[in-house]
Amino acid sequence: MTVVVDISHRLGDFEVDARFESAGRLTALFGPSGSGKTTLINMIAGLIRPDKGRIEADGRVLVDTDAGRFVPKHKRRIGMVFQDARLFPHMSVASNLRYGRWFTPTAERYADINAVIDLLGIGALLDRRPAKLSGGEKQRVAIGRALLASPKLLLMDEPLASLDEARKAEILPYIERLRDETKIPIVYVSHSVSEVARLASDVVVLAQGKVAACGPTGAIMQRLDLLPAEERGEGGAVLDTAVLRHDNVFGMTVLGSVAGEIRVPLLAVPVGAPMRVRIRARDVMIATEQPTGLSALNILQGTIVTMAPGEGPAVEIGIDCHGATVLARITEQSRQTLKLRLGREVYAVVKTVSFDPANMSAGLPVEADG
Amino acid sequence: MDWLLDLTPDEWNAVRLSIKVATVAMVASLPPGILIALVLARGQFWGKTLLNGLVHLPLILPPVVIGYLLLLSFGRRGPVGAFLAEHFGIVFSFRWTGAALACAVMGFPLMVRAIRLSIEAVDRRIEAAAGTLGANPLWVFATITLPLILPGLITGAILSFAKAMGEFGATITFVSNIPNQTQTLPSAIYTFTQVPGGDAGALRLTLISIVISMAALVASEVLARRVGRRMDIE
Repeated sequence: MTVVVDISHRLGDFEVDARFESAGRLTALFGPSGSGKTTLINMIAGLIRPDKGRIEADGRVLVDTDAGRFVPKHKRRIGMVFQDARLFPHMSVASNLRYGRWFTPTAERYADINAVIDLLGIGALLDRRPAKLSGGEKQRVAIGRALLASPKLLLMDEPLASLDEARKAEILPYIERLRDETKIPIVYVSHSVSEVARLASDVVVLAQGKVAACGPTGAIMQRLDLLPAEERGEGGAVLDTAVLRHDNVFGMTVLGSVAGEIRVPLLAVPVGAPMRVRIRARDVMIATEQPTGLSALNILQGTIVTMAPGEGPAVEIGIDCHGATVLARITEQSRQTLKLRLGREVYAVVKTVSFDPANMSAGLPVEADG
Repeated sequence: MDWLLDLTPDEWNAVRLSIKVATVAMVASLPPGILIALVLARGQFWGKTLLNGLVHLPLILPPVVIGYLLLLSFGRRGPVGAFLAEHFGIVFSFRWTGAALACAVMGFPLMVRAIRLSIEAVDRRIEAAAGTLGANPLWVFATITLPLILPGLITGAILSFAKAMGEFGATITFVSNIPNQTQTLPSAIYTFTQVPGGDAGALRLTLISIVISMAALVASEVLARRVGRRMDIE
């Protein structure tokens, strides 16, 4: 399933002029507010008619202004989860969930209501009215409602943005399950680095209505310059790993990645399970020789491949560790003292305790070696 | 209490006729009322102000004028009246149907206003959500918009009914005041006040009129509250 978007559209003073193509399992449209990502997703859904351009999903042309083609939203079979849930207030949760089924041709109904209720854990809510649900529950019902229309593509417009941290943590695992257990491709709008790093297989970075970059999550997340200023601190390498073993004595889990073994606080997942970790650049130290007498447990050997000035006194250094790039943010003073330059062999040091639930997640299934 | 319910057959007929006229006026004006309210709330077209003004005319013109205009257009010789009588056999002038028409026209602005306000209060983003789930615009209207504006529909309908129960000027001008045929409650009360010794009859009908109107109002309140509670709108 490929989504192709190539449109230009004017909204008052603001101009969106974007082109991208993605075949990812979960494509994130990422950018600060006002970058045009919601406009784009609304165009894919059919809620906004672009001035000019073309939108294709799964080989089906949804919009082609040159040919005068515009498929109305109710004929697109594209599910949408809105930031504000938008449940029907006059219907029970069960009726909300069943709403889209009515309009789906029987032959194309693939979503099973019980499976979706189980997947989202909303079995206890069925008789309730939307007004009696918490924000997190509403959002789960909204996801279920969109799924039960058996869409060919699922759009999610900042589904977590209006929720507090606890509610976000409640919903994220469900979105991961959705990504891994169903076959529906997802386009996900977000301005949060941690959400994107955790969920996305591919990222489209938007800035001022234009596509600034587009590619696999790991590659995009290393471009700290693409991140909005307030999110820079969250930036860093995204590694797809697999659980190698658990160390119950010290309460740690050992993950295998191409970069080497990474020790993180104990995870309640089986050996072999894919895990995605984000190593924030600010959590990484650099040593020029194999450190000894050091408390940090994760020491990854590699060579410096990039050096870019960061904010203030910082420089951002990319270290290639056997094919995976780890980013480190250190001061210019340290760089000069250590005489770091491109091609130099160094060790990236990461403390086990710098991994927390916000930067570890169930990964997309990958083949791990290591 | 006995003297209150001790009505003459003519008086009973006036009560029955009034309720019939008001009910028919209310029910018949609902579909066009919803349509016009929808057009005024959502439409963007040239002449919208004109349409709005036209709908509100019965509110600002003297009822006699409306009655006379109805007589001119819907009377036997009027263009619309002649057409309807010839092709459909529908006659308005000097019939109870004419009274219903006059009442419907007089209550129309009140009904449209109430429905329009409730349509404007509907969150269109919820309708858009229904669209992404595959519902075409007609289904969206039937399953989302209509249930959401139900309280407004009830209010509009009751306002129209209450207005019809009290309508006098347009009705008497258009269909006159014929006992057992076009004599509604207000016309009957008026007749009593015009004859010596009619005070008791006028008072009886006045009290009945108050009771009916109050009952309609209370019923609408109860209904609207029940609908509101069922919906539990955020």
